Amino acid sequence: MVRLTRLGSMLGLLAATTLAHAGPALDGIQEKQPTNWHAILMFCLFVALTMGITYWASKRTKSTADFYTAGGGITGFQNGLAIAGDYMSAATLLGLSAMVYGQGYDGYIYLLAFFAGWPIILFLMAERLRNLGRFTFSDITAYRLEQGSVRTMAAISSLTVVCFYLLAQMVGAGQLIKLLFGLEYKIAIFVVGILMMFYVIFGGMVATTWVQIIKACMLLFGGTLVAVLAMSQFGFSYHNLVERATAVHKLGPKLMYPGSLLADPVTAISLGLGLMFGTAGLPHILMRFFTVTNAKEARKSVLYASGFVSYFFNIIFLLGLTGIIIVGQNGAFFEGGKVGGKLIGGGNMVAMHLAKAVGGNLLLGFLAAVAFATILAVVSGLAMAGASAISHDLYSRVIMKGKASETTEIKVSRVATICLGFIAIFLGILFEKQNIAFMVGLAFGVAAAANFPVLILSMYWKGLTTRGALWGGYGGLFSAVIFVLLSKSVWVDVIGKKAALFPYTQPALFAMPIAFLLAFIFSKLDGSDRAKAEIEAFEDQYVRGQTGFGASTATKH
Amino acid sequence: MSSEMYEHMRANPKFQRLVTKRGRFAWTLAFIVLAMFYGFVLVVAFKPALLGRPIRQGSMVTIGVAVEFFMFIFFWVLTAVYVRRANGEFDELTQEIVKDAWKENK
Repeated sequence: MVRLTRLGSMLGLLAATTLAHAGPALDGIQEKQPTNWHAILMFCLFVALTMGITYWASKRTKSTADFYTAGGGITGFQNGLAIAGDYMSAATLLGLSAMVYGQGYDGYIYLLAFFAGWPIILFLMAERLRNLGRFTFSDITAYRLEQGSVRTMAAISSLTVVCFYLLAQMVGAGQLIKLLFGLEYKIAIFVVGILMMFYVIFGGMVATTWVQIIKACMLLFGGTLVAVLAMSQFGFSYHNLVERATAVHKLGPKLMYPGSLLADPVTAISLGLGLMFGTAGLPHILMRFFTVTNAKEARKSVLYASGFVSYFFNIIFLLGLTGIIIVGQNGAFFEGGKVGGKLIGGGNMVAMHLAKAVGGNLLLGFLAAVAFATILAVVSGLAMAGASAISHDLYSRVIMKGKASETTEIKVSRVATICLGFIAIFLGILFEKQNIAFMVGLAFGVAAAANFPVLILSMYWKGLTTRGALWGGYGGLFSAVIFVLLSKSVWVDVIGKKAALFPYTQPALFAMPIAFLLAFIFSKLDGSDRAKAEIEAFEDQYVRGQTGFGASTATKH
Repeated sequence: MSSEMYEHMRANPKFQRLVTKRGRFAWTLAFIVLAMFYGFVLVVAFKPALLGRPIRQGSMVTIGVAVEFFMFIFFWVLTAVYVRRANGEFDELTQEIVKDAWKENK
């Protein structure tokens, strides 16, 4: 159970920092490191490059389509890299390599669970997302339903996901940067917040996408380089590596057996559902499907994205295994030089120490810069998704009922980005010392239970009506939030009560059926004329979803 | 206008063929992935010792690692298979349907 609780938070960056391997979350990773000039220099290069791109992007960002979806002109390959970038966060690099280092095979199981959702998204969603959506996924849920109420609901759950995820990333970012770069926590938070606003406000989706692409390439390159250098110490032999790893690891031969990680089937399945369908309900991931030209490119994006993710996850497995010997047997990486004691900087620093061991300070600096870039790229995507929910859904469609001009709509999203940015900075500083491990779990829970069910029903089920969508959406949102509040991660760890009222840390297995059931029951009970018209309108939506005829197309530049 | 176009497409037998064929194909692949993945999760939950055994005497490669590595590759191959067929055969069919609808609409 303990390790499963940990997994919830593995989902986001904060795993990288709050999950010191034992004891209270922020334990032992608070001390500031000496200023790392290699890392800062390389990070400045990254910022300079991305600023140049933002400048270039700002000249191309004129219409709302440019701002929200990069004019629909991103190719499948580029989008595949960007999606992979969203998915290969600092948490996967640091948290999961640390998990393989500590638990061996269990870490590899996690990696597969993270990956397995992608083929499903391709087979069942990618094409219809592209054919029906324009700027936000609410475009799809509200396609034939009542605009005002359904969009408000979708925007509220989008913003819930974005805010929790963003806050989790900010706090994690501050701590990670403090650790890797030796910067003050507050400075780190400001740097992340300001850069994020800059990218989104001036460069919109074009800049947000390119920042993600560049970072994905850096991460693939850095990870591969460390893995190759590390494997060279074992003559590139997996046999050799595992033989030595099992010989020195405290788990011994058990290293390559499943541990207690998924011993509880309910949590295991709930987790699997949450990961798979949470991914399919994250607004900043869904948004990427609208940036490509057509359904063909949308499919290609998933092909490339899942290829990169699959490759990189296997690299992470190797990083963790090689770390067992290269880092785990070297006193220089332990506090007080005691092998088997506490790793300097906390349990999640395995990949960083490994980089230093095989490539010196230069490689360490590079990998640290990549981790910083990763955070920046992910928060920019989140801010972009949050800003579109506010400006496109709430302002333009709900308040102005579609009568807002493009210029004011973009203005509103820029203001929304500034607000989101300052809220993120403010809360990030406020929550510095708080245990926020539950927030990423909550974000995935809400995405899986509030966004996904209504979205998939609106695409596949003719009978969905406005009333059903609202009940399903709000039902999923509230039940996911309540289950998380009553679970151990908030009720015990944050509020400080003795026992959790809800025994599982993963809400998906319980909250998702509630959402589906409510959507079904209230759609069936809805006998209004409006409902009849909505059901009838499904026919046209269905043809468009299948053929892409009438789908929004790329704007020419 | 759009609505009439959709009407034409829906009436086209090619449309039914596209929907049935692609739907069956997508759901079959999705079912394979779900069955393999959740089957694997159940083995992890109920028969974990099996996954720790080496694939053959003296090998350091365990069944669990081999099976997972296979899934990483196989799932990706399935996405490639789907994209190939959807971007080729199915998209051609889709274009025909749209073209037919334009003709009828004249």
